[in-house]
Amino acid sequence: MTTFTAIPRQIEEALDGKTSRRDLLKGAGLLAVSFAAPRAIAQSAPGPYPEIDFHQVDSWIVIHADNSATFYVGKTDCGQGTGTSFRQIMSDELDIAFEKTACVMGSTDITVDQGGSGGSTAMERDSWPMRRVAAEARRVLLEMAADRLGAPVDQLAVSKGVVTVKSDPSKTVTYGELIGGKKFHVALTGNNINAIKGPAPVKPVQELKNVGLSPQRYDIPPKVDGSLKWAVDVRLPGMVHARNIKPPFAGAKLVSIDESSVRNMPGFVKVVSKGNYVAVVCEREEQAIAAARRLKVNWEKPATAPFPSSEQLFNYMREVAPKSSSRPVVIGDPESAIAAAPKVIEADYDVPFQGHTAISGAHATADPSNGQMTVYSNDMKSYGMRRGVADFLGMPHDKVRVVWMEGPQGFGRTAADDAGCEAAYIAKELGRPVRIQWMRNEETAWDTKAPAFAVKMRGALDAAGNLVALDYDARSADYNHVGYNEPDTVLIAQLMGIRRSTPAAGSASLPSETYAIPHRRMATHVVSLPLIWETPLRTGNLRDPNGPQATFASESFIDELAATAKVDPFEFRMKLLEAGSGDDAGFRRARSIAVLKAAANAYGWDRRPSPQPRGSGDILTGRGMAYSFRGQTIVAEIAEVEVNRRTGRVWAKRLVCAHDCGLMINPGSLRHTIECAMLHSLSRAIHEEVQFDNEKVTSVDWSSHPTLTHSDAPEQIDVVLVNGDPNPNRSDLAPYGGGEAACKPMLAAIANAIFDATGVRLRRVPFRAPRVLAALNSAKV
Amino acid sequence: MSLTLTVNGKSHALDVDPSTPLLYILRNDLGLQGPRFGCGLGQCGACTVIVNGAAVRSCITPASAVKSEITTLEGLATNGKLHPVQQAWIDEQVPQCGFCQNGQIMTAKALLDKNPNPSDAQIRQGMNGVLCRCMTYYRVQAAIKRAVKTIAGRTSGKEVAA
Repeated sequence: MTTFTAIPRQIEEALDGKTSRRDLLKGAGLLAVSFAAPRAIAQSAPGPYPEIDFHQVDSWIVIHADNSATFYVGKTDCGQGTGTSFRQIMSDELDIAFEKTACVMGSTDITVDQGGSGGSTAMERDSWPMRRVAAEARRVLLEMAADRLGAPVDQLAVSKGVVTVKSDPSKTVTYGELIGGKKFHVALTGNNINAIKGPAPVKPVQELKNVGLSPQRYDIPPKVDGSLKWAVDVRLPGMVHARNIKPPFAGAKLVSIDESSVRNMPGFVKVVSKGNYVAVVCEREEQAIAAARRLKVNWEKPATAPFPSSEQLFNYMREVAPKSSSRPVVIGDPESAIAAAPKVIEADYDVPFQGHTAISGAHATADPSNGQMTVYSNDMKSYGMRRGVADFLGMPHDKVRVVWMEGPQGFGRTAADDAGCEAAYIAKELGRPVRIQWMRNEETAWDTKAPAFAVKMRGALDAAGNLVALDYDARSADYNHVGYNEPDTVLIAQLMGIRRSTPAAGSASLPSETYAIPHRRMATHVVSLPLIWETPLRTGNLRDPNGPQATFASESFIDELAATAKVDPFEFRMKLLEAGSGDDAGFRRARSIAVLKAAANAYGWDRRPSPQPRGSGDILTGRGMAYSFRGQTIVAEIAEVEVNRRTGRVWAKRLVCAHDCGLMINPGSLRHTIECAMLHSLSRAIHEEVQFDNEKVTSVDWSSHPTLTHSDAPEQIDVVLVNGDPNPNRSDLAPYGGGEAACKPMLAAIANAIFDATGVRLRRVPFRAPRVLAALNSAKV
Repeated sequence: MSLTLTVNGKSHALDVDPSTPLLYILRNDLGLQGPRFGCGLGQCGACTVIVNGAAVRSCITPASAVKSEITTLEGLATNGKLHPVQQAWIDEQVPQCGFCQNGQIMTAKALLDKNPNPSDAQIRQGMNGVLCRCMTYYRVQAAIKRAVKTIAGRTSGKEVAA
């Protein structure tokens, strides 16, 4: 029997009975650092913290003597309930009772490195190795049962962790009896974590019993009764509190710090500074906040403006030479087709920088005890943070661990979390545990942003109103897009003067639809603002990073073309889809047709061109649709809006989403995720814009950066989950991503609905009341 | 400098600056971490506690200004049984990340204590200043309506199946 050494120590101890399962969960941050006994936790897992061997079944699954199981997965749950879904799919493959399973996620010293979360890939990509490991564990357990029961494997049945001899049901043995508290000692093959597999096949979809059900999320009760300990709740002995002092002007240079301005304040510990990075540390949290406000720092403004103002942004983006341009995708001969067409329309669409503006600021607590570094963090890519912190501090990777705990949303902000490196740096400087949290103005101004887009569309219709040519030309302000806690791009490193030699090129997406259009051209360009380092306008991933912007332009323009042709916008789209032929990878076009029909049916779409005859009252009502795909997930959304012609307020009264993401693991969680993704994009459509002057970001709180509120919530939301596969009962139906795809069409759906209600086309996001009112007034609505 | 606060039925004598915002004392001295820092400006509601039946933003409330008993999220359950608002939150599976839900739950509880049968418009109005960046508003409103039914069933002596 092979001896495996790279099983996490906590799992070894659990198997040896040295650690209770409760302690194990505690160590993983699930029960986490209790207020009453923080010391136990701080000392519970001394390093080093080697890489965990993902080839070992024992790294993923522990079966306990009571016939329960704990699953260890390298994922984090940003609030979409993925932990519950992993339990469903793994318990199905393992054939153990769902209720007797637990899931430990995302702490780098006890879970395999699946990269954490991102890209709505939890089910699409990361559930596969989990399934194969669980299937392999089941195979091994059945072989053990065959020995124990004296019957061949094919004569055994297993349900909820109980193995029975089919011909003699009195002969039974449980998984717990077979292996409880002991290791599998089974290795899988495969070159990387997504490729691991054993001899056992995964089950056909029809044999998955928990998949397709909607058990309640296990993380919700402790979030509702106040018992969950979050990353913000970590308290360690000797811990001090830090707050950052950000440059008041983008690109400002630190000249001097007058430490005497805070030295006599209660609880003052230290000012920590290097380059343009400044933080103040105090014994108590409110003391650190007060000291950060009081500290006198002299800054020198940059000689040139770091960026145009938000009002000048789109002119700047259209005029500046791009940093890079993609090679255009060309089908047919679009220029000739446009030149020859009887009807050509053009339109420019603008989407501003939009922030994550998480409900709370970036935060982390770092403990430098024993010459190591433990970071308690909600970073959704905790493994990346571990590498980033280690490299930033110049520490060996196995001396650093990130204990993942829950935090405010995710959506890509916590993949590029800034606070982990900051807490670790200050903790190393002080030799004491440090907790840091960004303040509201800091987070809103300086978090990572979704890139602004300026898109030019041209389209040509023939005499019969058919779309014969379409040109999409997008510019994205995405140069130097930041990565995931890289030691040379994380904000503290930038402020300290560290520069990566080659900034990230950035990107701008193409439209994602399956329309059949004879002549097309699609081109993208990335532009740069003047200041690319130490800027509050640094771009990072916000859910689908470019999809909502690209889809706003492409699906608004399809609506404009339909209106020009005086054709119902649903029929216009269906005609473009149904004209398609030939290759249809993943049946994406066939599924698009199914999804659009499902949305129209759920809404009760009456076929007529937009706009509808304008109403006479103060409230004008209209409906709009938009459709998109992300990967293999197809989404069509319909919004019904009320536009107040006296105030310009837009209320999305009803939203419909038809959504096909293949195999649904937990339809309840999926519905909720889709609802919230739609509302997030609704917020981006009607409220959100990062505003700035020529020196600084001026969006700094919820008053200067409004968000969706309770009064904006729709009266009705309908989510239709579609399985549009031409062979819907296929045994190998795969799951695809859930949330991010649902973010894409909503901006266009709202704009199209406003047009339907008012006859006024809005091409600049967001549709805040003053902008809408101005557009209505200028159109004399 | 000292201060006495009564929280969730317990009295605490504290040696802190009385001007300290209540939030930091609850979280860091008393270990009551249901209320959370969201903005520090009284704009988002993540820090909400209940004082004298009113939802109060603890991030901008000096501890010395609080003369009555404070209830935090941890104090809503009675005898181990969740408050109907909390139960409705589980039944409707309201949270996404859940970080703001302290404010949603505490504000809803205070709202229903004052008005046990609010209209849809009154729910929107009463909850409007409590922000959620995962956008759970639709389910929050559904959960409040569910809690209304449960509470009405209790006061009329009938248990309503939620």
